[in-house]
Amino acid sequence: MNLILAPLLLPLFTALVCALLAGRPAWQTRISLAGAAANPLFGLLLLERAASGEVQHLVLGGWPAPFGIAFAADGLGVALAVVAALLGLAVLVHQAGAAEPAAPSPGLHPLVHLLLAGVGGAFMTADLFNLYVWFELMLMAALGLLVAGGERRHLEAAFKYFVLNVLGTLLLLAAVALIHGATGHLNFAALAEAARRPELAGVLPGYLGLLALALLLKSAAFPLYAWLPATYHSLPAPILALFGGLLTKVGVYALLRLFGQVFAGVAEAPVQLLGWIALATMVSGVLGAAYHWDLRRILAFHIVSQIGYLLLGIALMSPAGAAATLYFTAHNILAKAGLFLIAGIVWRLAGHHDLRRVGGLYAARPGLALLFLLAAFSLVGVPPTSGFWGKFLLVRESFGQGQFLWGGVALAVGVLTLYSMAKIWLEAFWKPHPDGREMAAPVPGLAPAYAAVMILGAATLGMGLWPEPFIAFAQSATAGFGTGGRP
Amino acid sequence: MTPRSVLLDRIVPMLYWLLLAAAVWILLRGHNAPGGGFIAGLVAVAASAALAIVLGERVARARLPLAPLPLAASGVLLALVSGLPALFSGHPYLMHFWGAPLEVKLSTVMLFDLGVFLAVWGALAGFVLALLAAWEEAA
Repeated sequence: MNLILAPLLLPLFTALVCALLAGRPAWQTRISLAGAAANPLFGLLLLERAASGEVQHLVLGGWPAPFGIAFAADGLGVALAVVAALLGLAVLVHQAGAAEPAAPSPGLHPLVHLLLAGVGGAFMTADLFNLYVWFELMLMAALGLLVAGGERRHLEAAFKYFVLNVLGTLLLLAAVALIHGATGHLNFAALAEAARRPELAGVLPGYLGLLALALLLKSAAFPLYAWLPATYHSLPAPILALFGGLLTKVGVYALLRLFGQVFAGVAEAPVQLLGWIALATMVSGVLGAAYHWDLRRILAFHIVSQIGYLLLGIALMSPAGAAATLYFTAHNILAKAGLFLIAGIVWRLAGHHDLRRVGGLYAARPGLALLFLLAAFSLVGVPPTSGFWGKFLLVRESFGQGQFLWGGVALAVGVLTLYSMAKIWLEAFWKPHPDGREMAAPVPGLAPAYAAVMILGAATLGMGLWPEPFIAFAQSATAGFGTGGRP
Repeated sequence: MTPRSVLLDRIVPMLYWLLLAAAVWILLRGHNAPGGGFIAGLVAVAASAALAIVLGERVARARLPLAPLPLAASGVLLALVSGLPALFSGHPYLMHFWGAPLEVKLSTVMLFDLGVFLAVWGALAGFVLALLAAWEEAA
């Protein structure tokens, strides 16, 4: 049996069954959790095949190209699909607890699974137009989750998100149409061949620039990231972790897949520019974070900053750079979402998102403090966490290529990240609570939230303590990237 | 509600069934000729909308086989399920099978088309009825 479609079919089936169970919340939650738990298991089965270097293919309905809709499962797509599935599980487990869960609504579980289906589809597709379709599905599900609260601030956030993301989606569609018009293909493998035809050298770089622009908007890169901090803070903790962990990373994945592999070497100018965009994204994100006091806003700006690192690896245009981006993306999804889930627990215990109005958590909850430190060190890049290896791979490749400025800025941004994390530590954990709030009494219903944080923490710690297999996998999955290797 | 017209009051409830019958005919015709689940779904939406305009949104809603969202969801589910036999028998997902048990031509594509029909009917009738409900409230 062919499992390629599991990362998108399983969430899709779960979403539909959950939609049919809208009137029975208890059963809906059970089915939703069962689907979310099965998803990473199927992913691991796929990963086993992909680890041996095998790329599995599937064309819907058995129709041959160019009519059929093609899917391919290689190391890059499968690895990210597994991480996304793991995050989906952690998010839904967290939602079952009492640490700032989303308000119960019949649409919540179906929409979360629809979003996961969109993400899984984007990772598995081997077709440019389908990539657009999966982005569209993600956008629709995300909008549903954004308006779910129904208050004025939710609608305002949803409106900003909608306008900028629809713009990105339309640019993406236009770029796909132009590329299809020029090459006559949508399939990745066929595109890679056609894009190197000499007669297209005049028009294709412009179309690819448009494609890059659309995907950079989706990835929240400088200067197109304004929508992200403006909308994310209105979300409840688990949904925030889902958005912050996944959505922008799909844009980065698409950039890596298209510019690192399919169109590698076709358009030099956009890629040169990408390196500087990466630096600007890193720096502006981390400075935005340093300015804010709302825990969720600080973390939202750090999403932007970390996107810069991921883009840097793509801009390096080498197999080692692509491997660094893959490892870093997997690490970043886990660490970032972990921090957002911890922010939910902090809110439940200390009563506020503003760092100036919370405190005393180290004395009251040393275990939580330890989990926060683990995730924060991972984000900063302190050994032996996964973040260290991600940055190490990136900076080593930057220096190796003689890009000392790029590597140097990446290191300097790490120091500024440390400043933000130290601010959270000092304000939320170290100093006493400004209102003298009593937090020693146990708070019921937090066990699922802790379990979710531990799932993600264990994954990031594992990637940090035993980096060899993960790095080796990333390197074999991205062999030939950036050098014009065919998909 | 609009000013009532005796003619419409009498004709539309009959027309409702006629339109639904036409929808089913278009659905089955789509197998080998122009037609199919999507267009048939639109015709069914037209039937629901006509009924809602004449007899009120509630009557039309009650006549749907399920509430709009479950109807649409079960349609998509049916379409997705129709691809599973291929998956479980080692063929590419959504590959379809044909057969003629008891001299009637049947196929898994019909399930897919029926799913599209229900999805279109449920989703679009849901929108139309919600809009008509708002309009009735305003009138």
